[in-house]
Amino acid sequence: MSTIDTKTVKHVANLVRLGISEEEAQKFSGQFSSIIDYFNMLNEVDTENVIPASDIANAENVLREDEVKPSMSHEEFLKNSPQSERGYVKVPTVLGDE
Amino acid sequence: MELTNLTIQEIHQLLITKKISSVELTQAMLQRIHEVDKKVKSYVTVTDDVALAQAKQADERIAKGENITPLTGIPFAMKDCISTRGIKTTCSSKILEKYIPQYNATVTNKLADAGAVLVGKTNMDEFGMGSSCENSAFFNTHNPWNLDYVPGGSSGGAAAAMSASLATFSIGEDTGGSVRQPASFCNVTGIKPTYGRVSRYGLISLVSSFDGIGPMTRDVYDCATVLEHIAGHDENDSTTYNSPVPQYHQNINKSVKGMKLGIPKEYFVAGMEAGVESAIQEAICTYEKLGMEIHEVSLPHTKYGLPVYYLLLFAEASSNLARFDGTRFGLSVSKNAKDVIDIYLQTRREGFGDEVKRRIMLGAYALSAGYYDAYYLKAQKVRTLLRRDFETAFATCDVLLAPISPTTAFKIGEKTNDPLEMYLSDIYSVATNPAGVPALAVPVGFSNNMPVGMQLIGKHLDEATLFQVGHAYQQVTDWHKKLPTL
Repeated sequence: MSTIDTKTVKHVANLVRLGISEEEAQKFSGQFSSIIDYFNMLNEVDTENVIPASDIANAENVLREDEVKPSMSHEEFLKNSPQSERGYVKVPTVLGDE
Repeated sequence: MELTNLTIQEIHQLLITKKISSVELTQAMLQRIHEVDKKVKSYVTVTDDVALAQAKQADERIAKGENITPLTGIPFAMKDCISTRGIKTTCSSKILEKYIPQYNATVTNKLADAGAVLVGKTNMDEFGMGSSCENSAFFNTHNPWNLDYVPGGSSGGAAAAMSASLATFSIGEDTGGSVRQPASFCNVTGIKPTYGRVSRYGLISLVSSFDGIGPMTRDVYDCATVLEHIAGHDENDSTTYNSPVPQYHQNINKSVKGMKLGIPKEYFVAGMEAGVESAIQEAICTYEKLGMEIHEVSLPHTKYGLPVYYLLLFAEASSNLARFDGTRFGLSVSKNAKDVIDIYLQTRREGFGDEVKRRIMLGAYALSAGYYDAYYLKAQKVRTLLRRDFETAFATCDVLLAPISPTTAFKIGEKTNDPLEMYLSDIYSVATNPAGVPALAVPVGFSNNMPVGMQLIGKHLDEATLFQVGHAYQQVTDWHKKLPTL
């Protein structure tokens, strides 16, 4: 039986930038343990010398000329952004000054 | 004659012989949506104005006799994960509740070019994560055959809209059964095409290596019509095949006599509802009577399809959904945010539902140091074996026939407390997507008054054979014609 403790849940929540409470971490911990436990059945399969799948459609690289073509204008793009200024998406300080 | 119940083929005849106009038809459809969808709740957005404008244009095209396609003037519904310029595209998520795309998906453009009429965007499990439509952040969709039951998922709204005659065709999206399972629960025909057959440009990605946009229709003939119009190479999606799209109707009436039908024995195991099994067995008998050769085949890795599917889904979804960060589009929660990370944490906490949270966290887990080899890489290796299973079976068979779901539709609320139990309901539909093969869902009867569907699974890019075999069945049965009373 695998156990995914709340510490691990909080760690992965942080990896995917998801705020979670202690309560949620406990709930997810139980659910994750039973899901991962079920998925461990893959260990039964012998995959010695099996190449992992990497594509399922066209096996070749698709190349094209690097041409400049019209694309969405700044103005149009920014229609959906929560905050913008002078043609840029606005966010709080990324690199702190303290 | 109820206009809203007709097939594309039937309506097309009425339109080109000018017995009806697209505006009349569209008005009838919109009126029915406004009356009936209060009960079914299949639409997130109904696009009255766009629909009437497109219908008017279609009528002009028909009047001039120019550029008429079989879809010109036909009202359709689009799953709400496919981008429509100027029309909300929500993925049934709070994080995209107010998102209005600035561009169209390739599929949206192709349907507009063909002259089809968009009547609305349909409800789904949030970002396609679910099997019952109960993970929609907005509301549950109800199964038109019994409103206490789920319509299936994730394209539950798309299937319910078809079943309740609230669209003449609808566009769904299938990542692991999301077209076929709701089609089966709602008595609708639908296809998950070969991976790469239909452009994913403008589809809000769930699993980039599984996702497949596919039509849901009243019958196989219509399904072929719609696929022909949305399939094809797209320079905006490098995974689309460059090979020409066949004329799917060319051989659709050809006899199936002598063709080889494979029955994968791993799909007929304990746990299947008796009524589902007997409906599927009867369909096999029908094909036997039509002269097909029935062969038992083995897809030995079938039971590993579920963990392979879910592990790869978690992993790809966790990276695909990283784009929802509250800075460029969608919901943004920045209450007292001291830095940009705070915006991410708060926005994603408030914007995502529990199932989405579960899956992206499990994805990060399966990809993280120490677990990558055991989960992600292992799943990709078993995926190779799953794919080989299909290749081996298709060395001796033209088409495979299998159930889509072990049960008919379940009751709303029945499985929401146990995520694993919900995942297990996908056991028959998920293996096709990691393998990339196409699969057609066809209604085959009823069990306890709820619809049952079978899937016909084909070789890569061989949708034409699926349509031929599916159409042959619908020529001698009328399950697909049965409609619920609402």
